[in-house]
Amino acid sequence: MRIPCPHCGTRESQEFVYRGDAAPVRPADDGAMFDYVYLRDNVAGVMREHWYHAQGCRQWIVVTRDTRSHAIDHAEFAR
Amino acid sequence: MRFSIFNLAAHALTGHRRWTPSWRDASPKAGYDVVIIGGGGHGLATAFYLAKVHGITNVAIVEKGWIGGGNAGRNTTIIRSNYGLPGNEPFYEWSMKLWEGLEQALNYNAMVSQRGVLNLCHSDAQRDAYARRGNAMRLHGVDAELLDRNQVRAMAPFMNFDNARFPIQGGLLQPRGGTARHDAVNWGYARAASALGVDIIQNCEVTGLLTDNQGAMTGVETNRGPIRAGKVGMAVAGNSSRLAAMAGLRLPIESHVLQAFVSEGLKPVIPGVITFGAGHFYISQSDKGGLVFGGDIDGYNSYAQRGNLPVVQDVCEGGMALMPMIGRARLLRSWGGIVDMSMDGSPIIDHAPVPGLYLNAGWCYGGFKATPASGWCFAHLLATDTAHETATAFRLDRFATGDLIDEKGQGAHPNLH
Ligand SMILES: Cc1cc2nc3c(=O)[nH]c(=O)nc-3n(C[C@H](O)[C@H](O)[C@H](O)COP(=O)(O)OP(=O)(O)OC[C@H]3O[C@@H](n4cnc5c(N)ncnc54)[C@H](O)[C@@H]3O)c2cc1C
Ligand SMILES: [Zn+2]
Repeated sequence: MRIPCPHCGTRESQEFVYRGDAAPVRPADDGAMFDYVYLRDNVAGVMREHWYHAQGCRQWIVVTRDTRSHAIDHAEFAR
Repeated sequence: MRFSIFNLAAHALTGHRRWTPSWRDASPKAGYDVVIIGGGGHGLATAFYLAKVHGITNVAIVEKGWIGGGNAGRNTTIIRSNYGLPGNEPFYEWSMKLWEGLEQALNYNAMVSQRGVLNLCHSDAQRDAYARRGNAMRLHGVDAELLDRNQVRAMAPFMNFDNARFPIQGGLLQPRGGTARHDAVNWGYARAASALGVDIIQNCEVTGLLTDNQGAMTGVETNRGPIRAGKVGMAVAGNSSRLAAMAGLRLPIESHVLQAFVSEGLKPVIPGVITFGAGHFYISQSDKGGLVFGGDIDGYNSYAQRGNLPVVQDVCEGGMALMPMIGRARLLRSWGGIVDMSMDGSPIIDHAPVPGLYLNAGWCYGGFKATPASGWCFAHLLATDTAHETATAFRLDRFATGDLIDEKGQGAHPNLH
């Protein structure tokens, strides 16, 4: 699996750290914290997910990838 | 039919041509008291104990492929009860006790082999951690021995003891740990459950969960039609989130791929199970002679049932660092399985928040050893609606209440457990 970093170009997945689903957003109130920290859709299909290019540009990126085939569609900066 | 030395001899005389199938390949009936989704080891064991211990025999196992085609037939067959936390240890020790009597209980040779599980340590801190774990095990009445370097050398002289970065300092040994033949475990449970009246229905995929207008479970929808059920138990290993989503639930679980490897057959060389403490590598040798080894999960969400090359390299590097002689063996096969990685690295055996639906999920990379106790405790829950005494900690709501069972202390990072 090779990841198309928007800054560095296509690089080995080894250079990146995985963080998981990009959908959960840190909530303002504590009541929603459990959901944010623990519950996941765990999608079987196309998923947007956070990777950190630790051994490259040190940017957080969002990769759109199919969890059934590992096929990567594209990647963009997280912000 | 019971297996015995006499009928083995009788079949030998007829050239082994008269054996009949070990279990019935059933077609779905209209309804059952209990439907179990997933014909892996856990589903099969659950059905057996429901019938055997609780007398509930109007039971079906619904499997989308063939029994044992999932992780039950893909794992590296290691059994052990060397956990550190009180929520885990009694459960895994109960499983070990069930392994010790399994072949008699099933009248089936599951090739349970208590050849020992040795976790190596490579630093003072790691030795301290193993001493603590060994003491915790002993407090629960479980066997554990802390070995020094020379004792380890006597067991496995072929290892690289003087690796410059990670010299072997000793290890924690559980002599009662070992391996079992995974396929035989599945077949043995299937045969014993089928003999008690359980229907094993293959090529039957659950595509939806049926509820009444109060929201209680009434059965499952499958590609072979609807099947009514008083209670529905889910034991689908890496696919728990997909099944739970059919009931509108989200779980504290991510699905990840774990790979395993086997070499060509060799003469006996690895005495038991050995785990490298300084890299992602563990190894044992099957009765056929293949070196069976593996390492870490790939680390990203996956339903692909195959992994990528960086982990292959990482595992092989671990093997070379620990026992350089392994470089002479040829790799025969590698494969992957999809495992439920839970948010604290521990499993869930509990009611789902839907009346009539029961969860058996979150087994991570270590659910094979749990097969007997998981089946025992899940059957107990399905039959009595109460948690078995060894599985009271495996609650779904522990993530909300903070009663996590985090052996590794990694927090809510499923790919790091
Ligand atoms: C490579 C690898 C190595 C491992 N090594 C070890 C080890 O050494 N020791 C250890 O203790 N554990 C190990 N494990 C973990 C262990 O294999 C699992 O935790 C355990 O097998 C899971 O339970 P199971 O046997 O019931 O799963 P499975 O055999 O995966 O059973 C689940 C079943 O559910 C079925 N299913 C899924 N969706 C549906 C549906 N919609 N309808 C109907 N059926 C469905 C699947 O087809 C599958 O057969 C390993 C796992 C892997 C992948
Ligand atoms: Zn980059």
